[in-house]
Amino acid sequence: MSKHAFAPVALVLLVLAVVPAFAANTTINFLVSALIVTLAAQGWNLLGGFCGPFSFGHAAFFGTGAYVTAVLQSRYGVNAWVGFAAGIAAGALVGGLIGWLSFRAGLRGSYFALITLAFAEVFRIVANAIPLTGGATGLLLKLDVRPANFQFASRAAFAWIALACVVAVLALSIAIARGRLGAQFAAVRENEDAARALGIDVLATKLRAICLSGAVTAAAGGLYAQYFLYLDANIAYGSWISVEALLAVIVGGIGTPAGPLFGALALHALGEATKLFAGAITGIDLVLFGLILVGAIAFAPAGIAGSLQTLMARWRR
Amino acid sequence: MYTPSIIAEAVVNGLLTGAVYALVALGLTLVYGVLHIINFAHGALLTCAMFAIWALSEGLGLNVYLAIPPLALLFLGLGYALQRWVIGPASHGDDGNTLLVTLGLSIAIENGLLALFHADTRTLSGDAAFDVVELGPMLLSRPRLIGFGVAVLVALLLWLLLAGTDAGKAIRAVAKEKMGASLAGIDVRHIYALTFGLGCACLAVAAGLLMPTFYVNPRVGNAFVLVAFTIVVLGGMGSVPGALLGGLLIGVVESLGGLFLGESLGQAGIFVLFILVLLLRPAGLFGARA
Repeated sequence: MSKHAFAPVALVLLVLAVVPAFAANTTINFLVSALIVTLAAQGWNLLGGFCGPFSFGHAAFFGTGAYVTAVLQSRYGVNAWVGFAAGIAAGALVGGLIGWLSFRAGLRGSYFALITLAFAEVFRIVANAIPLTGGATGLLLKLDVRPANFQFASRAAFAWIALACVVAVLALSIAIARGRLGAQFAAVRENEDAARALGIDVLATKLRAICLSGAVTAAAGGLYAQYFLYLDANIAYGSWISVEALLAVIVGGIGTPAGPLFGALALHALGEATKLFAGAITGIDLVLFGLILVGAIAFAPAGIAGSLQTLMARWRR
Repeated sequence: MYTPSIIAEAVVNGLLTGAVYALVALGLTLVYGVLHIINFAHGALLTCAMFAIWALSEGLGLNVYLAIPPLALLFLGLGYALQRWVIGPASHGDDGNTLLVTLGLSIAIENGLLALFHADTRTLSGDAAFDVVELGPMLLSRPRLIGFGVAVLVALLLWLLLAGTDAGKAIRAVAKEKMGASLAGIDVRHIYALTFGLGCACLAVAAGLLMPTFYVNPRVGNAFVLVAFTIVVLGGMGSVPGALLGGLLIGVVESLGGLFLGESLGQAGIFVLFILVLLLRPAGLFGARA
């Protein structure tokens, strides 16, 4: 993130940190959902935005994080925080596996997008069929409100934890973008052959990106499981999260550390507003999301963060 | 437990379904072969066509097969307009953008249908699904036999169009060398849009052939689109005969998979197959270029 975009990001974060202390439960619910999508989108951005490969199947990581967190607790009595950490590790592992298989086979562009989608679908069908995940009835986590159990009496506490995760990944993204790894990611994204000629191990770089990406998006899944205490295959591995993670990044500003945050907040606000105006027509908010995706690519390829940067730069001059 | 006659019937039924799959894949492979883009909205457009067939047949009482030609023309125009005035301009000539634009379109179309028709699954009334023909020891569904015949006929027509007409020559020229075609006076944007329209027309025909024995709901296209992608990759991206053979093969694999694996896990089979094909034979079974 350039210096120009720092002020608006700090302002948004400050507002997000203060609001939960006063807000009603519905507002906090909105915030937590938006922050969970932000986190998933930050994961998508680390791969698609920083390193290049577009994934259509980030649900594979989200669902793995959610299910590992939930299944370890409910079936094996593991502590929730440990389960959460294991979920993140599992997300990195699944990322590594999908990445190793598909990058080694030389899949790029559309092919990579499609294979990630297929992986997410296989996971969804399997999670919907096997008893370990509760099959089609889903998995209910036992209500046991103790901080040691990653469950809190006040929703605000959860919002702060989600915010802390988002800020941590934001800091990580900025550090990566400014560091050697970020330079390697960018080199691979812009031109793989040129990157290889510069002595960059392209496969290893892409694997690093997808493992990081999987871990972050899995963390979003783990938070989802702990907040809603219920999962089924269509939530955890459903295409909705693959789409929202990608869309938040495109709308917010691809490849910018703060883009996912702006994008997820804007989309969620818009989704709520549509529901308010259009009432209970299912799908109408997603129609809008689809059109926004087309519109964003047609008219604002740099997204909110990119437009903000241009705006701030102009203002300072 | 599986007698030869049961397996034979599964194979023949697979071939019948596979021909319609091939038609869906044909539209996709044509667009890929010429525009070099993956049309992610293909499945949503198929769903759209299936709802149109359903509405024409149930609402206006039109015979399904009579509804196909006007719908195919309509979809030809729709596809032309989509590519010429939406997808083309919006993606600024970048393949990654095209993928995202068509993804956006597919989300918008799918959920638009959901808002209009709700999530209910609909079928055509009437008993076409039980209309069978006896063929030796096998009982085959008449609508699916018709579907097979028409699908093969359309594939043949498409091939003739590409091989014999001026428009076909222009399409092939653009597919081979866009710049050269443009220098020879071919309007590339027009050919792109025309090809996209032809792909959509294939979908309208496929929808009409599917509806008598299949159902439609707003998400039905998702299943077909991955099947179609699998076929296209199997047959070699952009190859018309490859799509036809790939379609038949996938139809048989799916039919036998359903027989041996059962319904709920059998669904995963098509995705696993897709992953394996991409990982192991990205150039296609018949060795065409990737």
